[in-house]
Amino acid sequence: MTRVTHYFKSLLLIELFQGMALTMRYMFKPKYTMRYPMEHIPKSNRFRGLHALRRYANGEERCIACKLCEAVCPALAITIDSAPRAEDGQRRTTRYDIDLFKCIFCGFCEESCPVDSIVETHVHEYHFEHRGENVVTKGQLLAIGDRFEQDIAAARAQDAAYR
Amino acid sequence: MSAQPVANAAPDLVNIEIDGVPVQVAKGSMIIQAADAVGIPIPRFCYHRKLAIAANCRMCLVEIEKMPKPAPACATPVGEGMKVFTRSDKALKSQRNVMEFLLINHPLDCPICDQGGECELQDVSLGYGRSVSRFNERKRTVADENLGPLIATEMTRCIQCTRCVRFTSEIAGTYELGGMSRGENLEIGTYIGKTIESELSGNIIDVCPVGALTNKPFQFQARAWELIARPSIGYHDALGSNLWMHTRRGEVLRNVPRDNETINECWLSDRDRYSHQGLYAADRVKSPMVKRNGQWSATTWDDALSVARESLKSVPGSDLGVLVHGATSNEEGELLVRLARGLGSAHVDHRLRQLDFADNAFAKPFASSIASFEKVKAALLVGSDLRQEVPLLNHRIRQAVKKGAKVYAVNPAHFNFNYPLAGESVAAPHVLVNELLLLAKAASEGGAHVPEALATALNGVETTDAHRDAFKALSDEAVVILGHAAATHPEASWLRAIARFIAQAAGAAFNEIPLAANAIGLSTVGVLPTAGGLDARAMLVQPRKGYVLYNVEPPHDFADGALALQAMHSAQTVVAFAAYASDALKDSADVILPIGLTPEIDASLVNVEGNTQTMPAGAKAPGDTRPGWKVLRALGGLLGLPGFEFDDLAGLRDGLTERASEVRHQLAPRASGVTFSRLATTPIYRVDAVLRRAGALNAHPLNRPAAIRINADEAGKLGLVDGGNARIGDAVLPVAIDAAVPAGAAWIEAAHSETAMLPPYGAAITLSKA
Repeated sequence: MTRVTHYFKSLLLIELFQGMALTMRYMFKPKYTMRYPMEHIPKSNRFRGLHALRRYANGEERCIACKLCEAVCPALAITIDSAPRAEDGQRRTTRYDIDLFKCIFCGFCEESCPVDSIVETHVHEYHFEHRGENVVTKGQLLAIGDRFEQDIAAARAQDAAYR
Repeated sequence: MSAQPVANAAPDLVNIEIDGVPVQVAKGSMIIQAADAVGIPIPRFCYHRKLAIAANCRMCLVEIEKMPKPAPACATPVGEGMKVFTRSDKALKSQRNVMEFLLINHPLDCPICDQGGECELQDVSLGYGRSVSRFNERKRTVADENLGPLIATEMTRCIQCTRCVRFTSEIAGTYELGGMSRGENLEIGTYIGKTIESELSGNIIDVCPVGALTNKPFQFQARAWELIARPSIGYHDALGSNLWMHTRRGEVLRNVPRDNETINECWLSDRDRYSHQGLYAADRVKSPMVKRNGQWSATTWDDALSVARESLKSVPGSDLGVLVHGATSNEEGELLVRLARGLGSAHVDHRLRQLDFADNAFAKPFASSIASFEKVKAALLVGSDLRQEVPLLNHRIRQAVKKGAKVYAVNPAHFNFNYPLAGESVAAPHVLVNELLLLAKAASEGGAHVPEALATALNGVETTDAHRDAFKALSDEAVVILGHAAATHPEASWLRAIARFIAQAAGAAFNEIPLAANAIGLSTVGVLPTAGGLDARAMLVQPRKGYVLYNVEPPHDFADGALALQAMHSAQTVVAFAAYASDALKDSADVILPIGLTPEIDASLVNVEGNTQTMPAGAKAPGDTRPGWKVLRALGGLLGLPGFEFDDLAGLRDGLTERASEVRHQLAPRASGVTFSRLATTPIYRVDAVLRRAGALNAHPLNRPAAIRINADEAGKLGLVDGGNARIGDAVLPVAIDAAVPAGAAWIEAAHSETAMLPPYGAAITLSKA
């Protein structure tokens, strides 16, 4: 009996049609894939992307050179030098480097920051064209912060209730 | 049964129990001392083992059996059979509540506080405090005071433990800090808003449990956890204070004391603490330099060494002088001796600041231990500004004075001591010997055998009752200290011989303070002229054709700067091993071989007790700089000299040889006809090339600007006024009226660029109005 059913199944190409039916079904179903870069997957407000240094509304940089992020960084990606600022003697960084090749985007730096200065933004699309550009400096980090401040603030506001 | 004395306890011991651990401690000691002895932690802020007990922070509250209230462990003496509980419910609750009170007015700004990460308040708060603050009211703020270039203040953080107040009054002896107002308004300050001028002031940073007092040059530089602590030794005085160098990426960022009860206890002089700034001075040589046709250019080691070889070969050994700085390590000293011997030169010396070599005196270890200075009953200081010469030895003497010791001084000026002197004779340099002879006469009246050389000098000397009393006081557990102002004196051999005689007659220990950090070590390995060799001064008086300068900065490191520069200029060749290329050195040298400074090399130094202390290289030497012993090894090998065959440091250290030298029993001819002479002392923060470049120390008030200091009478005679100018030779210097200076002398501190070329210590000078 088995041999008979097998004979008819193969003669009438039933399995082929079953397979094609599946194909046809998926052909008209909505797509799972994204047409990147025209489309983006929505991101969590906790997404950990490129770093930024934030400023207060009055333009003063937040970072106070407490060096907790440098201490907590498990990949030793952060290097900070600090000194009294020339103008007013405040404790400030003179160098704030993050080596993005070393960084593992764990977000500990952000967690440890007492003034919400170092943050990880939603930006994950960036590239380097030259050797050494993987080390982002204080100026670059502040510029990233300035550029995305609205998004950064909005994401932090959404998450505030859980912190 | 509980309070029964235990039969086998020694009579001065009592038995107590802390947290169930039986402890035997001396009667009269406090609970906290007993707990520390057995390692039971009790939180504390105001208690410090070296300071008086204040019991004002209340953090060390513990429960004691049969006591209704918790008691402070630091101020509760132990009693027989006492049972103490440090971790009971009651004790923990008291500690937590005290902690909460302490934090009421303490700002919670740890992230911007320099003490963060090494803060006792942070630690204790974590261990004994609450996790959240319940205090919502306004916190008080306190205005900062400017305590000078060494100490940064943030007085709002102060928790009024008064450790700094007790330190300045008990240890530094300057009473510069105090508490004002009371209750919540209590503020720690200087009363009058002035810089802390103690030479030990940096220690208040260490004793401060919070971030109220922090290290100013180190301010905001690094966190405690970034630093690597490397053991090192102070190299600005012969005490050899033990310290930790805190380095980051090879750079020394600060120094902190390393406990050593026999040397520096838990203190460190400011000089050793802040000198590291000098390591990074702008004129530090980073690569070998050669002068060709009057032009300096950086070059390779190969080139520089071959130039040095040719230079050294171009002069006969008998015409080569080797001048070595007294803080040079034993290893380098040893190689310099081998180099000089190999080149056939007997002219090797490290006693650059000495003027009188009649007795060929060289540094020897103290007759008594450093700690024993605290127990003396009397002391005689001969030509010593001990506070500036060896600050921590002076601290020991001060502790003795607090216990009733009498200190007498025979000095060329009223030096500023931080304890009262029982007697002081002050005379201008040219009559200082006569002043000391008065005391020697008092000594000889007791029937002591007077050495022949002194006997004639003592003839006709009329002593006084004050001197007799002083000598009498010295006959009981006393110490005679010969200081720098005597050892650098042009009649040092006299002062030394007389002081030695007085010590002998009184049965006191005779200690001469070495003029540099490793003078004893260098004397031991034989960095001294051998038979027929010229001493440091003779080498300059009879100029050599060639000189090797090792770690020496002309003109400041020489007793007679002008003479030294003159000799260097007339020399055919000068090979300088140096860390700094000062203009004067560039002027005189032909080749500069950059060598690492003491913290940057493996070095061993011998301290005043005669103990050899070895320290590993701690800091990274800049650029192409190499440790001196490696440079000497390379140069010696290039010259093909014997004794340079070793391969490594161990091989060099195995070959360290003690070379004996002989003192001469001779006295220098006394100068006559001098009526007005110069008193020259090397100020505390200008002792060596590193210190002269240490920024914060140079900005400190103890580093006084160059001036001619004379007393009002002399100034009146000469028509000089305070703040005016006076001419001495070709130089014009400001005049300062200073009551400390005796008649017949002008105190002009050495080692300033303005004063380095003036006539040396004790020389007759004439001042005129400019």
